Amino acid sequence: MGCGAIVGGVSLDDVDVDKEAIIQGQVMRDGQPVGGAYVRLHDKDGEFTAEMPTSDAGEFRFFAAPGRWTVRTLAPKAEPVDRAVVASIGNIAELTVSI
Amino acid sequence: MSREAALVTADWVQDHLDDDNVVLVEVDEDTTAYDKGHIKGAVKIDWKQDLQDPVRRDFVNKQQFEALLSERGVGNDDTVVLYGGNNNWFAAYAYWYFKLYGHSDVRLLDGGRKKWELDSRELTEDAPNRSKSSYTAGEQDASLRAYRDEVVAAIGAQNLVDVRSPDEYAGRLLAPAHLPQEQAQRAGHIPTASNIPWSKAANDDGTFRADDELQSLYADAGVDFGKDTIAYCRIGERSAHTWFVLHEILEQPNVKNYDGSWTEYGSLVGVPVVVGDEAGSAS
Repeated sequence: MGCGAIVGGVSLDDVDVDKEAIIQGQVMRDGQPVGGAYVRLHDKDGEFTAEMPTSDAGEFRFFAAPGRWTVRTLAPKAEPVDRAVVASIGNIAELTVSI
Repeated sequence: MSREAALVTADWVQDHLDDDNVVLVEVDEDTTAYDKGHIKGAVKIDWKQDLQDPVRRDFVNKQQFEALLSERGVGNDDTVVLYGGNNNWFAAYAYWYFKLYGHSDVRLLDGGRKKWELDSRELTEDAPNRSKSSYTAGEQDASLRAYRDEVVAAIGAQNLVDVRSPDEYAGRLLAPAHLPQEQAQRAGHIPTASNIPWSKAANDDGTFRADDELQSLYADAGVDFGKDTIAYCRIGERSAHTWFVLHEILEQPNVKNYDGSWTEYGSLVGVPVVVGDEAGSAS
């Protein structure tokens, strides 16, 4: 597998979820999912760590390390939105981002 | 090279959409991005299918590269403008190939696909219409590519720039955080390597930062511009982005991309590895 981000994130089908600290969610505008938004993961020091475009259903998924993270969402005709999130091994941190 | 010779803006691309001597090339790992919409006239290169040898771990050789570009209708005299997703990682990686094989006029679209999308510029699903060409590549330019023995010899002697995220550098993550973390190789970094994440060279919209900001970014992190430099990441595409910054924008001579990168180095037997946030020493 390369380094590139799969739109919406890697499927969990072949992933041992118990060993991963997952952050996932959905980007919404006026109650509708936003595909093609860019979701960026920044670490506790604000350092960029990963980015992916959302799927048609507005979805994204990161495999983080345990700790505090910021999810920043960029989309056409919208201001960037930052959301704080805490990740831990064996858990899925789920968020809905409204732009 | 220079910023002016190596980069074009989205406006420039917009103004050259109907110029037959300008070939737009979208390079992605996820080629469904191209299929769902691309810049008008752009041809597609698949990072894995088209640029990697199908059997051994290496990239396509001269003949394979010639066949690829001929089939896509790229001519030796064309201006090639590369763009792609992931903040142009794979476009920068392809740019490095074009330079390795001696293409004279190749550029990156500043900001890549993301900037184009965030500007709400037009994308099309229409297939490009280019007739096949007869492309001739040069011999690989060895001055742009680093191999593992050279990397080990560079510890404590040259600038080693690890462009992965701080958590990957320290060994807390083994891959970028959009990928599962279970990997075969050891975690950490090459001793004496500076950690200057590729992302520090780019703005949020994917465009490159200004020259003076880039210059101080590397100088402040300990890069000695009087020495040769090797950049690496996990598989060599993020470091192609940094290679582009150092060699093409800042016009530093003697900058190589180590495309074996951490997936090779972290699997080597007997080489030194440093875990944690400190660069570590040569001995």
